[in-house]
Amino acid sequence: MSKERIKISEALYDIMPSDYQDLVKSATYGKEDRGWKDIGTAKELIEQHSLCAGCPESMAFRYIIASLPNPEDTVMVGSTGCTSLVFPMVAVHNIHSLFGNQNAIASGLKRALSLRFPGRIKDVVVLAGDGATVDIGLDMTLQSWFRQEKFTTICFDNELYANTGGQESGLMRKGFVAKMAPVGKQFEKVRLPEIARESGCHYVVQCTVSKPSLIEKVVKNAVYVAREIGPTYLQLYTPCILEIGKNSMEGLQEMRDSEKPNERFAYKEFVSEPAKQLLAELAAKEKERKAAAKQLAGQAQA
Amino acid sequence: MSTYRVLPGPEHFLPPAAASMGIRLPNPGEAHIHGVIVPEEQAYEEAARQFLMAKVPTIFPGPLVLWAWNEKAAKKATAVRHLFETLKECVQPGQKPMLIPMPDYRPKYPKINPEIEINPNHPNLTIWHNKIDCCMFVGVHCHQANLSLKIIRGGTSCYTIAMCAQAGHEDAMLSFRDASVDKIMKLAETIKRLKGTVQPRLSTAKSH
Repeated sequence: MSKERIKISEALYDIMPSDYQDLVKSATYGKEDRGWKDIGTAKELIEQHSLCAGCPESMAFRYIIASLPNPEDTVMVGSTGCTSLVFPMVAVHNIHSLFGNQNAIASGLKRALSLRFPGRIKDVVVLAGDGATVDIGLDMTLQSWFRQEKFTTICFDNELYANTGGQESGLMRKGFVAKMAPVGKQFEKVRLPEIARESGCHYVVQCTVSKPSLIEKVVKNAVYVAREIGPTYLQLYTPCILEIGKNSMEGLQEMRDSEKPNERFAYKEFVSEPAKQLLAELAAKEKERKAAAKQLAGQAQA
Repeated sequence: MSTYRVLPGPEHFLPPAAASMGIRLPNPGEAHIHGVIVPEEQAYEEAARQFLMAKVPTIFPGPLVLWAWNEKAAKKATAVRHLFETLKECVQPGQKPMLIPMPDYRPKYPKINPEIEINPNHPNLTIWHNKIDCCMFVGVHCHQANLSLKIIRGGTSCYTIAMCAQAGHEDAMLSFRDASVDKIMKLAETIKRLKGTVQPRLSTAKSH
């Protein structure tokens, strides 16, 4: 898909709802500097969603979609859960997989896209909950990492099965009592970031979504590294405010509290040597581009 | 031959797929009216008559004509606009032709605005809201058109016409096949030709 292909037929332009006219006029496709700051002005970045009021997942969704470096050539693979309610609102290609199959589907998709469009960058990003990533789909998740599949896996970690009423998940913290897990979790939270590192992921980050600029940075890094080197993994804390007994406006504070040093979502990052080198090169290029743009703007003003 | 006829509803919950009731699709050069195969010429006359009779005759252009995927799509869009303008010229006072887009097929939550668009997953909302009694689908992918046509037949009394670019739709009350710019223009010509010869339902209702 390119922006060129989404023109409205001139003869029927006036009857198209303004949402679609705006999508064509002001979407961020092809914009080099697109990022979380486009939220609120760009139509494809979810104006409405069908999640609960104040849901941190809706924030995470917006930040991720806004941060994709190549949205017109990105396919997102989703799984069963609250995320599947948002995809219909997003102007990015997406595939809904069976519960847990997301990384297997993404593997095939990425390979097929590479064969079908050899000269073109096509990114694949998996977006699934902790149940799909760590419990039901753990086999597919790990195997894709072992095989060094070149795509990004993002896990929305809300530490339980929120969509079905609060059952225990592998990423639930020890001792937590949920509505459908009244005895409390008996085991430690699975340390998936460490497993990801040992399984061959080249860029691994665990954090909350309280800071949009941080999410933009890690999403872009993860996509760039996956594109060039190998699998990447982001584990983002998106608490389900309903299942942990919080109010709509308390999601952000919950994330801030959980990311403090020594808390379970303190920022954690693993970067392989090849990935470090790539990111350093990209950062240098970006710096040059910005300096050139600044110089050009200065000349224009003069 | 099936005795089932595809008629305006409401056929209520779970109307059968017309194909499952033995309705078959027309061959090239043919169309169907209520599930009976007829020469295409007859379908132009009947479609024009239905448009001219209706209180709110409406055209629902779908994504295949709303978006300029290629030159052909843009030309079809121009033809659809011409058809609508012709319809506006030919109706009598009190009739209210409408042109309402179906821009895409995604289920829209929490709601759609039925005044400005139609969604294939709940087309009845737009039909009820605007009191549409005759509509034509054009540029809608087959699966979504079938879904919508069945829902409309199930929950409304609206007369449905399909201007299908493929093999036609059993679930419409009247269906053309192999839709092209020429065919859309020909329907417009037929409407023009029949102008003034068809009594709108509106005035019939008033006289009772």
